Amino acid sequence: MVNVPEPLRLFAEPEAARSDTRAARPRRLAGPVLLLSAALVLSLIAGIALGPSNVALSDVLRYLGKAITGGTITGDEVTGYSIVWQVRTPRVLLAAVVGAGLAVVGVAVQALVRNALADPFVLGISSGASVGAAAVVVFGLFAGLGVLALSTAAFLGALGATALVYLAARSKFGLTPLRLVLTGVALTYAFQAVMSVLVYLSPNGQAAQTVLFWLLGSLGSATWASLPLAALGVAVAVVVLLRYGTALDVLSMGDETAMSLGTDAAALRRWLFLLTAVVTGLLVAVSGSIGFVGLVLPHVVRMIAGSGHRRVLALAPLVGAVFLVWVDLLARTLVAPEELPLGVITALIGVPVFLVVMRRRGYAFGGR
Amino acid sequence: MLSLRELSVEVAGTMLIRELRLDVGVGEVVGLLGPNGSGKSTALRCVYRALAPSGGAVLLDGTDIAEQGLRDTARRIAALTQDSRADLDFTVEEVVALGRSPHQRGNLRLSAHERALCREALRRMDITHLAQRSVLTLSGGERQRVLVARALVQEPEVLVLDEPTNHLDVRHQVELLKFLRDCGLTVLVALHDLNLAAAVCHRIALLRAGSLAACGTPAEVLTPETVHAVFGVEVTQVTHPVTGALQLLYDLPADETEGISR
Repeated sequence: MVNVPEPLRLFAEPEAARSDTRAARPRRLAGPVLLLSAALVLSLIAGIALGPSNVALSDVLRYLGKAITGGTITGDEVTGYSIVWQVRTPRVLLAAVVGAGLAVVGVAVQALVRNALADPFVLGISSGASVGAAAVVVFGLFAGLGVLALSTAAFLGALGATALVYLAARSKFGLTPLRLVLTGVALTYAFQAVMSVLVYLSPNGQAAQTVLFWLLGSLGSATWASLPLAALGVAVAVVVLLRYGTALDVLSMGDETAMSLGTDAAALRRWLFLLTAVVTGLLVAVSGSIGFVGLVLPHVVRMIAGSGHRRVLALAPLVGAVFLVWVDLLARTLVAPEELPLGVITALIGVPVFLVVMRRRGYAFGGR
Repeated sequence: MLSLRELSVEVAGTMLIRELRLDVGVGEVVGLLGPNGSGKSTALRCVYRALAPSGGAVLLDGTDIAEQGLRDTARRIAALTQDSRADLDFTVEEVVALGRSPHQRGNLRLSAHERALCREALRRMDITHLAQRSVLTLSGGERQRVLVARALVQEPEVLVLDEPTNHLDVRHQVELLKFLRDCGLTVLVALHDLNLAAAVCHRIALLRAGSLAACGTPAEVLTPETVHAVFGVEVTQVTHPVTGALQLLYDLPADETEGISR
């Protein structure tokens, strides 16, 4: 017979609980979100108003108003109007969508593979997209789709690459984080080899140019047509992921701990993998693989807001959108009429900001 | 009551545990002992559902836990696992609060009562002063106590701990085990320290190569013969002069150790 002691009634303290007024309240989110939203609106207007050709701010606002409300413009306004509404507006909006998407997908991927160095492209997605795009140039695939052929092929290439990574990384222990990262990196080399062969076989220099666009990333080909799908994908990702904030927190504790807390780590990982792959594919199809944003912005947001995923997922898309709008603005104005690659600007601004924030906050990602 | 019924786990053709049968009564503390690789962690993984057994079942009050959702199990069984390393900069408070996640759907929103629970768990584990610290800046022992606190705020009936005294200093080892004995929860704990196990466990289950080698009170199980058969070391059984608990002395010839140290 076991002598069982009286339970301590460890937590039976309703009195203490009721009189509890100094409980730490969850840190507020509304303020930062409002502030960043305001910053985003201003950034969008700045992005549309500024550019190599000079259009007065009052004209910009008038054109925007007319475009939205459906007014008429006079003959001598056509040039300015088309610069503002056909060239800059879709480009600036796309910058915001892509920036938001890369930042939020970066957060999800880092949680999914539990790796600080992961970004949306770690699973072979961008090189897969480049293979798709190069195939269009070399073999003339999807010629019937016209201007959408490249985007479609890039998207399918990205999804194909993701599916291959998934199948190769799968084991009977599920989709373990390290296997995913290793498989992604290994297959990236394979896709790059395929891409190199395609470029080599290409009769003219066009394939090389196209592939370079997808590898470096650019918003230069933005049109209104490139917006809806990407925007929809990013919106869905943000809304869905926001509901999984705590689940991502639990997943970051390790798979065994996640299971012991009632979260099916394997199922959640499969699910996140699918979501991030589709959204990244949509983004890559319209903008190539813009580096840095998905890798570093999640860290910057965590340094400032803490690691809790609900906060990070609420703030990261806004920070990413504002960041990429300004980066793109600098890229097209600094050496106008030429354009700098986005990667140059993201590195020039992003790296110093990252280092300053990291040193000031004593950020300890990955332990001591 | 927690029962392992003919629990077997086979991975890649190797039987990690074989037809393990063990009952842990309500409020009982059962220690799982055995050499490295004897299947202690594997058995515990089946209980906290990180692993699905290939044969047999884990029953909680007579119901096979494999038939319930993970979340349902997590409301009743909390675990201190071995993979508890974190990479993200969560605060101690945030990590402990995640213990409430099996009780909620979607994102955590702690009620005043639940926040009080978290504070009480921090106090119990003597880590209130660490509440705002990043878990990445803690020592191994401090982190271990954070994870026990998280298991406690799950408000479980059963506590499963895989070598909870790892990294703990002597004081916190003793305090944790004393806590396990007095908490009134049903406890299944894998331990390496035979003497701590003898002092706090009501019963001890000794594993060897995935099978149950012995099971019973510390006095029944930790005999010099059984310990030698399972661990391959010579021990002498003594009675603690103050507490009266059974303790083991390792028969290390003194001159040999001196010879090594010089």
